[in-house]
This record gives sequence, structure tokens and C-alpha cells, in this order.
Amino acid sequence: MLRLDKVNKYYRVGTHSLHVLRDVDFEVADGEFVAIMGASGSGKSTLLNILGILDDYDSGEYWLGDTLIRSLSEKKAANYRNRFIGFVFQSFNLLPFKTALENVALPLYYQGISRRKRNQIAEQYLERVGLRDWADHTPSEMSGGQKQRVAIARALIGKPRLILADEPTGALDSETSRQIMDLMAEINKTGITVLVVTHDPEVAARTSRIIRLKDGKVVDAEHARDSFPQMQAQP
Amino acid sequence: MIFFGLAALLIAIALIVGVTYTVGSLAWVTLLQWKDLVSFDRWTEVLITIKSNKLRTALTTISVAWGIFVLVFLLGLGRGLNQGARKQFAREATNGVWMIARKTSVPYGGYDIGRHITFDNRDYDRAVAVKGIDHISGQFYMTGGAFEGTGMMTKRGGKANAFQINAVHADAFYLTNHEIVEGRFLSKGDVADKRKSIVVGRPVVEFFFKKGEDPVGQWLEVAGVPFQIVGVFRDEGGAEQERQIYMPVSTAQLAYSGNDRLGMIEFTAGNAGPDEVKAIVDTLKGQLSERHGFSPDDAQAVHVHNNVEQFQRFSMMFMMISVFVVVIGLGTLAAGVVGVSNIMMIAVKERTKEIGVRKALGATPSSIVFMVIQEAVFLTGIAGLLGLSGGVAMCALIGKAHVSDFILDPGIDLSTGIAATAFLVFAGALAGFFPARAAARVNPIHALRDQ
Repeated sequence: MLRLDKVNKYYRVGTHSLHVLRDVDFEVADGEFVAIMGASGSGKSTLLNILGILDDYDSGEYWLGDTLIRSLSEKKAANYRNRFIGFVFQSFNLLPFKTALENVALPLYYQGISRRKRNQIAEQYLERVGLRDWADHTPSEMSGGQKQRVAIARALIGKPRLILADEPTGALDSETSRQIMDLMAEINKTGITVLVVTHDPEVAARTSRIIRLKDGKVVDAEHARDSFPQMQAQP
Repeated sequence: MIFFGLAALLIAIALIVGVTYTVGSLAWVTLLQWKDLVSFDRWTEVLITIKSNKLRTALTTISVAWGIFVLVFLLGLGRGLNQGARKQFAREATNGVWMIARKTSVPYGGYDIGRHITFDNRDYDRAVAVKGIDHISGQFYMTGGAFEGTGMMTKRGGKANAFQINAVHADAFYLTNHEIVEGRFLSKGDVADKRKSIVVGRPVVEFFFKKGEDPVGQWLEVAGVPFQIVGVFRDEGGAEQERQIYMPVSTAQLAYSGNDRLGMIEFTAGNAGPDEVKAIVDTLKGQLSERHGFSPDDAQAVHVHNNVEQFQRFSMMFMMISVFVVVIGLGTLAAGVVGVSNIMMIAVKERTKEIGVRKALGATPSSIVFMVIQEAVFLTGIAGLLGLSGGVAMCALIGKAHVSDFILDPGIDLSTGIAATAFLVFAGALAGFFPARAAARVNPIHALRDQ
């Protein structure tokens, strides 16, 4: 699915250069459910930027499928993001002035699909996350869990091969977190690769593999989830 | 000096580079995103965004609408002033000079002051030879009319009315703004042969003749003498300009015991400037003072009414008013555009997160740039049209209310309207461009993490 080969990233701050990612090496197979963990400042966000083609890297190689993602034009990068990757964020990032339906349909707008058609498709995806009846509500009228479901529906609508989730349960209570991770697992079962960036061991425990980052380096990219307890379903 | 020259050159280069860069970038992004211009879906998206930001929309609309309103109103008012002034002059030829015989005010050649000067036919004959004059006429003042003035009782059948009589040469036509609607004006032959020919204004015809009756060839009795109508004229200058009758100066002098007296000599000097006209006036005044024995420096013996000088002075004044009006208007508009740009800049800042989301979901930088520009153009367009309509309506109101004789039909013409609209679209694009560029540079991840 994706492979990083000695990826390095520097940030220039004034005259100093900050080495944020150091020879990052790992591979994620098709259909895997992976967590990326690390403390604050470990380079998680930078890695997510690079994986989501929102930022470039300085050396190494990043392969997404058969494509080497390197110095893509802004237009090509936008196209990849639109068709291959679905994003789920901690703070949901729904557009407040759009209804749930319109928010879900937004990625299809950038594919040039007509309003009627994309609203029809968006309805199906809202149905899939159990929010069919909330289609005409704006985010301010919804709970955190509902917003995250809408965000997930939006991430799925472009039929991506990869879902990148940045602390998807960070703003949710434990019960809702569990439901969201259930939904993520369900999505993963349909064959979509899911990468969750988190610092929550319980969330990481729901995945099949954990990649740990420390000071911009991958310290462990193998199976390590056994060291964390499974998240228990609430009765 | 060299320093200022260099600074001016650098500023000019910076301006050219800046404008080329902005216009070029606008053209490039339009080329990339031209489909968005004709996409109903895209416009719906723009409308939704605009509708959901009511305060921003209201602020933008007000600042641009006000700018355009002021510009259009001032432009319209400037035009009204110009037209008003031209109408004041429309009664007479703008290149005409009238020299009227008056009383002396300076003792000269043994004569005391207060002596009445009267011109005669020889003065006219000598004036004809002066270089630079292209049309010239003498005028005999008939007096003893209905009001002891030049208004003489005119009769036909049982009807009688007083009309102003002008006893002139054929060239007098060029000193007026009359337009012949039937027949002809007085000819040189009329004057030479002392024919009893008259040319009358429309009100004279309307008074004496029934509708549809042909007045040319008919006879009118002017102060007891029958004259035949050879032509009818109209004049844009108003009814007063039309309530007149022209007859040959020679016939009038003979019929009304005028001998060879003239009260006025009037001429036009083609396209001559004020200096050339002054030279002609000085020559004529010299000739007259020599013949009639008054001081050439006597400012009152001959009253000179010089339209060339006055018209130029007025034109200059109104041109300055127009320039002032345009500068104020454009300044107001520029302030409006800067205001819109500021508001859009704040809007982009407010929408950092939204832009980040859109980028993450697949929006290209050019589509972001175009989205912001499209909104700006839409807003300025609508606001501008509001201001434009308001300005036009205000001008129409002032025109209707007839505030002053010096303001006539204020308003803007179609080409100014089109230019203003085109300028609006450009101003909108310009106002949107810099904020849009800032928007396109938004880092999605930073934006998305922005709480």
C-alpha cells in the first residue's frame, strides 16, 4: 500500500535547521489497520503531512501504491488527496455553514460531480454511518460523535484506498471513542487501509500494528499491540 | 534632482512589475479555472458561502456600493454642470463677439464724458476688411416699439403681438444657434436689394398661423410695414430665443428712418483663440475710436461681449471641476476596493480552517484562489450595481428637481456605465487577489489543527 524509505524532513527556523524526521522507514500493506504513536514533538504530525501529501520531504522515498510521491505539482497532489486518501481529524473539521449532507458531499465537488448526484451518494454514506436522518443538520446541531461520523462519511465518499486519522477520538468521551473505533475497524474490514495517529494506548490497541516514533525516528514498526490492553466494549 | 529622477524611475518600474504580475496572475488563474466561471454549481457554492457570512457580506457591499455611488453621482453631477454651462452659452455662438455702441466715459478730443456713440454703415464696411473675421453683421436698433424697446407690434389679419425685431446682415445667422426648419435665412441679396423679407421663429408662426398652414411666402405687418416670410427657425436656447423676427438691416434703416445708423457690430472669428480675438477687437475699437472721436482706452464707449474668452474661462473651470470630481470619485472607489481587500483578507484569516479542509479534500491552490476571487468579484459586482443604480437614480432625481440652471440632465452615459461595470469586476478581482493568494498558501495541517 505504502512504503517509506529513509525519509528525512528538515524545518528551517531562522538560521537553524531542525531535523524532524530521521531516516523513517516502514511499510504498510494493503488492508492493514495501523497506529502511529509517539510523544508530542516526535514527528507524528510531520509524518502525517507527508503521508497525506500535504507536505514534501527532503530526502528518501515515499511510495503510495505504485507511485513515487515526490515533488508533485500542487494540482497532482490535490488530485491524489481527493481520490486516494480520506482524512479524519480530531476536531472533525466540518464546514460549519454546510449541512451534514453537504459536508459529506464536498470531496465529490472537487471531482466535478453534479450537486444532485453527489447529494445522492452522500445520503448513502450518511446512511452507512447511521446518520441518514441528520442530513439537513449543521454541525452545530450535532454531538461530537455525530460530527466525527459525518467526518468519516466524508473521508469515505471518495472511495479512498487509505484513511489517515489524526487523533480521531481525541475530542470524544470513551463510549463515543469506542463507537468511532468500531466504525474504523468496520471500514478496515472492507479492505481500506487505515492509519491512525494517536497518543492514546487504548486507541492504538484496537489496531493490528503500532509504529512508534521517537525524536523523528521509527523505534518500532512491528507488532507491539499486545503490550496494551484491548479496549473493552461497554455493556 | 538625479536622486528624485531615479526614485521616480524605480517607483514606475515597481508599479509596472506589480501591475503586470497581478494582472498576469489573474489571467493565468482565470485560464486554469475558467470552467468555474460558467459552472452553476460553483456559483451556488459561492452564494452559499456569501449567504453564510452575512456581516462580512454586508460590510463589503456597503463599502463598494458607497464608493460607486459617490463616483457615479459625482460623474453625473459633473456632466450636469458641464451641460448646464453649455446651455447658458447655447443661446449664442461660443466664438461670437458683440460690440455695442454706448456712452463715453473718458473725456477725449475736447468732448466731455457721457456722449452717445452710434455706429454706421461705414463702420461695418471697414470692419468687413479686418483680417481674421469670418462672419460679420451690423445691427440697427429699432426703438419706439411696444415697450420703447426693440419689441415691435406685428400683425396678421385680426391678430397682433409684440416680437423682438433684429435688423441685421445675412451673416448674423452665424452669431446665433438657430436652425432653419423651413425656407431660408436672410440672404446677401435681401440686404443689397433692401427686400422686405423676414425670417421668424416658431412661436411667431404658431401665433399667426393655423396648424399645417405654410407660413413661407405669407406676409406679416411689422410696425406698420408689410414683410414677406422667407424662412422659419428654431433654437434649443429656449422660447425667448425663438420669439424673434429677423429682417435685412438695409430695409429696416429705410423703412424705420434709420438712415445709416447701426447700434451694434457682431462677428465670429472662426477657431481663433482669445489672444487673436482680442487683437481683432483692438483693431476694430481703434477704427471706431478714430471715426467717432472717443478715447481708444475708453472701456465704456464700446461695450464688448466676448464669448470666446468667457467660454474658454467657463470650459476651463468646468474641466477643473470635472477632474476634481473624478479624482474624488476614484479616491472613494479606491478606498472601497482597499476596504474590500481588507475584509477579504480578514475573511481568509477567518476561513483558514475551511481552506485547509478544502485543500485536504482535494481543492487545488488555483481553485482556492479562484474561489476567493470569485466571491470578491461577485460581491463587488452586486454592490457596485447597487451603487451604480443608486447614483443614476440620485442624478435623475436631481435632474427632475431642477436644483439649479447650472445643472442640466445630470447622469452618466452608457459607455461610462459599461466602463464603470468593467472597472468594478477588475476592482473586485484585484481586491480578491491578494487575500486569495494568501489563502492558497495556507498550510492545511496547520489550518486543520487551528482551534
